[in-house]
Amino acid sequence: MREVAVVGIGMTKWGELWNKSLRDIYVETALMAIDDSGVDHIDSMYIGSMSSGIFVGQEHIASLLADYLGCAPVPSTRVETACASGGLALRLGFMEVGSGMSDIVLVSGVEKMTDVGGDEATYALGTAADQEYECYHGITFPGLYALMAVAHMDKYGTTRKQLAEVAVKNHKNGSKNPLAQFPFEVTVDDVLNSVKVADPLRILDCSPITDGAAAAIICPVELAKKLNKPIVKITGSGHATDAIAISQRKDMTWLESTYKAGKSAYEMAGKNPGDIDVFEVHDCFTIAELCVMEALGLVDKGKSGEAVERGRTAVEGDIPVNPSGGLKSKGHPVGATGIAQVVEIVKQLREESGERQVKGARFGLTQNMGGSGASTVVHVFERE
Amino acid sequence: MSTPSRYWREIPQRYRLEANSCAQCRQKFFPPRLVCPECGSRDLVKTKIEEKGKVISYTIIRVPPSQFKDQAPYAVGVVELDDGVKLMGQIVDCDFEDLKMGKRVRIEFRKLFKKGHSGILCYGYKFVPDS
Amino acid sequence: MEGIVGYGAYIPRNRIKVEEIAKVWGADAPSYKKGLMLEEKSVPSPDQDTITMSVEASKSALKRAGIDPLDIGAVYVGSESHPYAVKPSGTVLAEALGATPEVHTADFEFACKAGTEGMFVALNLVKAGIITYGLGVGADTSQGAPGDALEYSAAAGAAAFIFGKDKVVAEVLETYAYMTDTPDFWRREYEYYPQHGGRFTGEPAYFKHVTGAAKGIMNKVDMQAGDFNYVIFHQPNGKFPFKAGKILGFSREQIEPGWLVNKLGNTYSGSSPLGLTATLDIAKPGDHILLVSYGSGAGSDAFILKVTPRIDEVRDLAPLTREILNNNKKYLEYGEYAKFREKIRKAE
Repeated sequence: MREVAVVGIGMTKWGELWNKSLRDIYVETALMAIDDSGVDHIDSMYIGSMSSGIFVGQEHIASLLADYLGCAPVPSTRVETACASGGLALRLGFMEVGSGMSDIVLVSGVEKMTDVGGDEATYALGTAADQEYECYHGITFPGLYALMAVAHMDKYGTTRKQLAEVAVKNHKNGSKNPLAQFPFEVTVDDVLNSVKVADPLRILDCSPITDGAAAAIICPVELAKKLNKPIVKITGSGHATDAIAISQRKDMTWLESTYKAGKSAYEMAGKNPGDIDVFEVHDCFTIAELCVMEALGLVDKGKSGEAVERGRTAVEGDIPVNPSGGLKSKGHPVGATGIAQVVEIVKQLREESGERQVKGARFGLTQNMGGSGASTVVHVFERE
Repeated sequence: MSTPSRYWREIPQRYRLEANSCAQCRQKFFPPRLVCPECGSRDLVKTKIEEKGKVISYTIIRVPPSQFKDQAPYAVGVVELDDGVKLMGQIVDCDFEDLKMGKRVRIEFRKLFKKGHSGILCYGYKFVPDS
Repeated sequence: MEGIVGYGAYIPRNRIKVEEIAKVWGADAPSYKKGLMLEEKSVPSPDQDTITMSVEASKSALKRAGIDPLDIGAVYVGSESHPYAVKPSGTVLAEALGATPEVHTADFEFACKAGTEGMFVALNLVKAGIITYGLGVGADTSQGAPGDALEYSAAAGAAAFIFGKDKVVAEVLETYAYMTDTPDFWRREYEYYPQHGGRFTGEPAYFKHVTGAAKGIMNKVDMQAGDFNYVIFHQPNGKFPFKAGKILGFSREQIEPGWLVNKLGNTYSGSSPLGLTATLDIAKPGDHILLVSYGSGAGSDAFILKVTPRIDEVRDLAPLTREILNNNKKYLEYGEYAKFREKIRKAE
């Protein structure tokens, strides 16, 4: 496998983008990434999108977007693994460049969620869970993660306040991210008093409905050097699946797919969790960030709550997590999240993150997860 | 609007709790499977799940999906049955204050939802406290 | 001799008191309680209906019967609140029990008599040797119009009986049917609530048919009121069964064990059948029981039963009627009750 680098990134402000269609947000960010990279063509493109069919009635977006980007007849692939679609798009592009099949690959993620009402959006998101043995019984996504939270609180003594601290930290970071959907701070009391969604989770424990896209250009390291770009290499990639129904997991408090994907990525990169300077993880709900920290080996099992409470995961802490603001503050246009994580890590490693900068960040990691943890894609990055 | 076939196909599980188990490693599966995820065997035998068990996690849904709009708030839990099988289901006839980890429950036949004003009625299992 | 092989009861846990209903409609609770001899009634949760209650009552009956459900040759559900206007309740029940596909199924309807109707047919198919075991269920979640007298009593419950020739816990010695066309209580298609003839529902309706059936069956076997240990009449309110008993020469003691209505309400097709399950719960081998149902429209089915020693072996295999009636109750306020019973007009 050749060494692969990320040479261009693109992302626009996320939120309720009434004036922009799926095509618009995709093309804008793709062009930004292409411009940032300085390449004059692409060989192939991968798009992560969970549910363009339900949200805007459009399938076949691989061709639609190749067409609208003006890139047809380039091969284009739409990738879906629920909320990890973006991360998987990167992995497939990485494999295509690494294998030598293509030199310049555009990897993107896009989701346009606000053209349907709340009920329809909830239904679309629910398709990531087990339709016949979870959704049939009235569970929702917050409900699935609430079940995880109750189990984690019972097993490890994690507290309601510790969950709230995740949201507080992510909003603090997000308030410094001009592209975030909710760039403002919240307090622990704000979280604890917000409306209940699925006990014990409240609305401020939950990532929002968002329109957004993000893009990156990847190419072999040799080409990156010729383009005179800061060299941010993808040194590790891992992907794992797990039982789709949370009741079938061996331990509801443990994200096995994140553990397995992380292990593969660390091994490929030749790194340990302690070597990584900055993490962008999948905080679809506050409890998710805690479980991910444990599964990625940032802390021992059950110790994530206290780590957050002690400020270890703040930008200035020893294990900075989600300097972008995470899904909670930045937003969660499902298929786009995985690529937005890449955009943030690349900015961090290029030292372009302004007030959110993790000082001296050289090694970064993205963890993108689907559904209630039935799929995870992890990548490790290194600035040369 | 989906046809009734998806509902009808799951009747053996939803009404009669039919499951299967691996002839090799004895693991029990609900719903039944075609391949054992533990040992890869394709030799699976019909069986049924136990009807009693304990709660291993629970939550109260306050913001429901549209099919369940009039039912919120309601409790949903994961139950470990006495034969080791784990499954998700609503916990009903139980005050929220009485929900707790390890609570003994048993399966009861209930109506899950109606498909709108004129669609089919969907039945299945829920959990009630087992005194 | 053929008879009941297994029996089961099911009553939802929710209750609403007469005072709670009276409060909303500005009615005088004490006079309703006194006039109807009624304190509270059962209310089904939104996830309960005639089908779900029939399944649970029938599972209890199966536990007591100790038979293979595949040997059930007929499944009948009698109700005036079948969940579908067209699509049988009986097939859902038959599937849930594992009696399909070799089974005859039908839904019965005859106001409050639909339960005993199904029992009558199931029993007689067994008697004729056409099937080995037959299941008859009476179940209802009927509604009374808001503010109407019937709202105080319309309740929910189910009773299931498996009939057969062997393993009998109560032999059916005789049956009898007494029917006329009497429009005392009815509901037209597409109407949400039933209508009734006020006082016309008394003497020319309930009492004429209940006493007609009781006298008819007793004449047939040359028995008198005193020959029975227990009698169960249909219970539209607390008073009518005692009045019928008085007319026919039955004592309060004979009526009380099967008299559930004061705490249960009128479970319509489940009414006299649940009275029978409650009586079987306490009856002794050798006891004679008279069951007389009543369905508006109008008619009564009567059964004479004799309890066998096997009752003592199976009684405790499933919950007892009064235990279900008295335990784990949850009292509702009128608002939640109206929401559960879909009495509140909502956007489509």
